[in-house]
Amino acid sequence: MSVKVLTANRLTDGEVVWLGANGEWLEHIDGALIARHAEAVSALEEAGKSAIKSNLVIDVNVIDVEERGTDLYPVRLRERIRQLGPTIRLDLGKQAEKPKAA
Amino acid sequence: MYRYDEFDHAFVSARVEQFKDQVERRLSGELTEEQFRPLRLMNGVYLQLHAYMLRVAVPYGTLSSRQMHKLAHIARHYDRGYGHFTTRQNIQYNWPALKDIPAVLDELASVEMHALQTSGNCIRNVTADHFAGAAADEVGDPRPYAEILRQWSSMHPEFSYLPRKFKIAVTGADRDRAAIQVHDIGLHLKKNEAGELGFAVYVGGGQGRTPMVAKKIRDFLPVEDLLTYTTAIVRVYNLSGRRDNKYKARIKILVHETGTEEITRQIEAEWQAIKETDLKLPQQDVDAIDTYFAPPNLVQRPEGWSGLAAARKADHAFSAWVDQNVTPHKNPDYGVVTISLKPIGGIPGDATDAQMDLVADIAEKFSYDEIRVSHEQNLVLPHVAIADLRIVYDLLLTDGLATANAGLITDIISCPGLDYCALATARSIPVAQRISERFGNPERQADIGELKLKISGCINACGHHHVGHIGILGVEKKGEELYQISLGGSGDEICTIGDITGRGFSSEEIVDAIETIVDRYLEIRTDKEETFLATYRRVGAAPFKDALYSEVANAA
Repeated sequence: MSVKVLTANRLTDGEVVWLGANGEWLEHIDGALIARHAEAVSALEEAGKSAIKSNLVIDVNVIDVEERGTDLYPVRLRERIRQLGPTIRLDLGKQAEKPKAA
Repeated sequence: MYRYDEFDHAFVSARVEQFKDQVERRLSGELTEEQFRPLRLMNGVYLQLHAYMLRVAVPYGTLSSRQMHKLAHIARHYDRGYGHFTTRQNIQYNWPALKDIPAVLDELASVEMHALQTSGNCIRNVTADHFAGAAADEVGDPRPYAEILRQWSSMHPEFSYLPRKFKIAVTGADRDRAAIQVHDIGLHLKKNEAGELGFAVYVGGGQGRTPMVAKKIRDFLPVEDLLTYTTAIVRVYNLSGRRDNKYKARIKILVHETGTEEITRQIEAEWQAIKETDLKLPQQDVDAIDTYFAPPNLVQRPEGWSGLAAARKADHAFSAWVDQNVTPHKNPDYGVVTISLKPIGGIPGDATDAQMDLVADIAEKFSYDEIRVSHEQNLVLPHVAIADLRIVYDLLLTDGLATANAGLITDIISCPGLDYCALATARSIPVAQRISERFGNPERQADIGELKLKISGCINACGHHHVGHIGILGVEKKGEELYQISLGGSGDEICTIGDITGRGFSSEEIVDAIETIVDRYLEIRTDKEETFLATYRRVGAAPFKDALYSEVANAA
């Protein structure tokens, strides 16, 4: 079943970010605030509007993700590419960062 | 090459300062994104999937070594070590931080470059034949006229908020290498019977979701009337073009809906009213711009031919490169070298900072300091002595720039697609890479011969798929990438929009489908001299559709 998270690009450098459960904008989708029902989605949308007003991020969108074990998997290819980086340059984007410590 | 005068310097510097202030105000929160967006777009700054993107104008595709070194420097210091050359003869950087962009624009201004009018509903960077000033078949150099149009259209107060973007292309030879008939205005520089220069004028061409071949509305427009007539066209468009629907706002729709005869009447009427005004070009002004584009004083190098024959005999790969990537120059001692940015399996149009520096160094030593960017996403060294071809080839070889595939099936135009672009609906680059690998064998592609394959990752058609001999359009269908094929398109002087073959193909199927089409062509061509496009024009779509859909049906 798909649930929703809020994503955007950071104003200063365009970096892809997701709204975290702690209210911060995170550079990785892990830890994103998950909306599982309509009220929670509305809250995400409100949080998006307020983040635009506070000039932290731009191009804010609520997107569909699937919960796969502990991972969040964006439903649309577009969002998966935003999450990782260009599929033709694995040395660029978030996919190129060092893996997290176990 | 054109050099900025005091006015140009002051104008570009003022715009950099203005944008610096706008970025500061945006970052401080004084400007909202809604207020800032049109301002950043006017300075070539987009937001893509992963980051901002800066599109830098390369007017009519002409660069000096100094400018190319600067593009390399920007890639290295402000981006991720590469840039992407586009079908508009521009370069795009995919990762700049907004806060750094004013500094990048400062760097560009220091070498007489900018990112103005590379976006927005204005007259965009004017493009031209990438062999301008060098090609043996040229009637006149189109770049002085492109430069005159650039000066006239920069910050044009009347034309800064057109119904939609507006693209002008100029060619100076009968062989159209600038795809002028798929531009809003296409200008074909030619001579009349009296030997005077003028333009055939085409209006209302374009690709995108509604592809149209431009209509010729004047067979010969004297050079002195270039700006009055262009003004008349853009004015009629500005007044009557649709602003209610962005998808119907281009001049091609106005021309189509109004009819060629009526739109021509309106343009001619407007022209009569302004024909004798200040915009009429005095010959001394044309001459003044012309001098900037005077051909370099080419040293006679007749010794090149004998050496070339021996070098070709000794090295088959070099010989293939000469055959494919070197085009006749006006001066028989010289050749025009196409540097392919399409290595087999590579990303079309991408160049690293080191490659840009290498090209700049080679151009400085061996091409009279001149480089061109082609709309086919390659680079060009316009003036290389035949005697220097071997050393230029060896230098290009050191960094993967000597692929002998100009005009062949692996010389693929591809937009950035869904790997970068916020508008894209499917990926284009990985499809281009797989096709390139499939047909990468040099003998095989040479046997197939001239075949222009072009891929777009959405309906906006930045990858020119409508005018590909084989065109591929990627769309999203039910969450999956689907690729539609069109055949028989052509962006040259006999311009045609490709015909869609039928249902689309999945990402897994598309390369096999292209191979099926190519194999059918090889079976039915009359001989090796009959190109793919000529065969298609002779036999039509049916044999290809049969091959495509029956084979897929058989395989299923």
